[in-house]
Amino acid sequence: MNYFVIGYYALLIGGSCLAAYFKKREIFLVLFSLTLASFVMGIVGGQDALWAVTIAAGLLALAGGTAYAFREFLVIVSGAQTAKVLRTAPLTASFGMFVIFTYAVLGIFAPAIAPFGESDVISQAFAPPDEVMLLGADQLGRDMFSRLVYGARNTVGLALVATALAFVIGVLLGMVAAVKGGWFDQFMGRVIDVVMSIPGLIFALLLLSIFGTNLVILVIIIGLIYAPRVFRLTRAVAGNVVVMDYIEAAGLRGEGMWYLIRKEILPNSTAPLIAEFGLEFCFVFLLVAGLSFLGLGVQPPTADWGSMVRENATLISFGEITPLIPAAAIALLTVSVNFVVDWMLFRSSGLKE
Amino acid sequence: MGDVTRIILTRLGLGLLTLLVISVLIFGAVELLPGDIAQAVLGQGATEENLRALRTELGLDRSAPVRYVDWLSGAVVGDFGVSLLTQSPVTDVIAPRFANTLFLAAYAAVIAVPVAIVLGVIVALLRNSLFDRVANVATLTSISSPEFFLGYILILYLSVKTGMFPAIAKLSDDLTFIELLDRTFLPALTMVLVVVAHMMRMTRAAIINLLASPYIEMARLKGTPAWKVIARHALPNAWAPIINVVALNLAYLITGVVLVEVVFVYPGIGQLLVDAVTKRDFPVVQACCLIFAATFILLNLAADVGAILTNPRLRHPK
Repeated sequence: MNYFVIGYYALLIGGSCLAAYFKKREIFLVLFSLTLASFVMGIVGGQDALWAVTIAAGLLALAGGTAYAFREFLVIVSGAQTAKVLRTAPLTASFGMFVIFTYAVLGIFAPAIAPFGESDVISQAFAPPDEVMLLGADQLGRDMFSRLVYGARNTVGLALVATALAFVIGVLLGMVAAVKGGWFDQFMGRVIDVVMSIPGLIFALLLLSIFGTNLVILVIIIGLIYAPRVFRLTRAVAGNVVVMDYIEAAGLRGEGMWYLIRKEILPNSTAPLIAEFGLEFCFVFLLVAGLSFLGLGVQPPTADWGSMVRENATLISFGEITPLIPAAAIALLTVSVNFVVDWMLFRSSGLKE
Repeated sequence: MGDVTRIILTRLGLGLLTLLVISVLIFGAVELLPGDIAQAVLGQGATEENLRALRTELGLDRSAPVRYVDWLSGAVVGDFGVSLLTQSPVTDVIAPRFANTLFLAAYAAVIAVPVAIVLGVIVALLRNSLFDRVANVATLTSISSPEFFLGYILILYLSVKTGMFPAIAKLSDDLTFIELLDRTFLPALTMVLVVVAHMMRMTRAAIINLLASPYIEMARLKGTPAWKVIARHALPNAWAPIINVVALNLAYLITGVVLVEVVFVYPGIGQLLVDAVTKRDFPVVQACCLIFAATFILLNLAADVGAILTNPRLRHPK
């Protein structure tokens, strides 16, 4: 028994008692079950297990604190209307917004933030971290940290462009199909059914084997693969709007199809479409990362998170976590976007059960 | 019963039609190659003679529709032509690997399905509690992580640091069943993590949807005990969505396997597909894609049929 272990249990038990006294049922349950679990873990894993729990709790608290502070910051800097909405955001959503904001800054100012260029060879292969290289060097002796920063620009940028392409195609076709109806609608529905019955990754692999891997083709292929999903949603959302009286009124006024889409339907279906953009971005991002990981996406020497994992994977067998950092960067962004989208869907669906 | 058979037959017919269209797509995509296969294989420096020889060998001197019919009629009886690289029949290369992939998927499914459904129901019953919220964050994290991230984390902690399981799924014929399970445990676990998260969320949504329906409220209002509400009123109606969830996730298992196989160097069809794509071995790519698409469609079809069989309202459409 040392001071750490005594302090650990004192804090947990004291916390549970306080929570019980103030009738915070859930906090009490968590703290007390953690105490009970700690007895077992302490016996099995010793002090190290308790340290791990402490560190995990500390990280969680840090993330929660950051999220809370960032939400307050957003509430203060934004206008009254937005502030009201932001105040309702759960901590997970504001944590997501914080991460997205950080990534955006990293991506936009990559050359200023990264100490070295993305393909500069500055040291030996797999050099360990030192004061100059925060995360060490990769398999060719390039600075891992700089490549990570540039990766924020390349990988996320590529995924954004591809998602935007999928959206332009999907939304446009979906709107036209909803307004026009008839054979065009039917035809598009069937085509989409067929395309969607091929798994995305498989379809991408097939097309990449034929057209080879370069960035433009990659973006077009991914855009085409994901456009059908956007089409479906747009068709469903716009289908509900098209039957409204004001659309009929506009039609009777003699407005053209393009006007209807742009001025009447689009403004009334933005909320679900924005949420869908977030979701699709996650899928596209994971697909891009997966393809790069397979060596079929972004090609070297461009810094890209998926290929960075692949290139440094050998380090795993030496117990190093370096190759996991780009993978974690991918996971962190998708999780964050999902958090924000979850909140937006919750708000727009009115699911307040 | 005649009604049901007709509906199911219609679905099967539609599925077959979709598969046919997809086979046209898969075959036709290769026709889009700038130049042709022979050019792509031999490169720009090939002499006219070599090109002509390879074209005759591959049958490229015939028209595309004729070759398509040829290819399809071969594919139906399991003959996918000859690999461009190894010159061996594609079927011989694919068959053992497809069996490996199916084994891995089945292994993962056997663990994932019961765990996911039980957890999903529990989470749905405890909705909006702290447990539900923690589960929500955990499953969301698991879904959002790329498969290779989960895979490498498992390798790092369960194999390299603690040495509990082998990191590389090396298979040979003389393994006992237990050894096989041990060797393939980490790839299976990776897939389990992803699939359980998906399935839990879908099960939760389905059950919550169900619990919000009027007849459940009625049962509660007339004083039925909680367990009886679940067992007698909710569960019989929950089978349809649960079967749907299971089938959809099995479809995901079959296709999501590609990345996992590459991480663990597992000798399955996904790894083969990636290799073939890198080396532009088109007959193999086409065969793999067709197999994946067929499995995917088949499982989606199973989901449809399952939903129809368990839901009387779908069995007797108005």
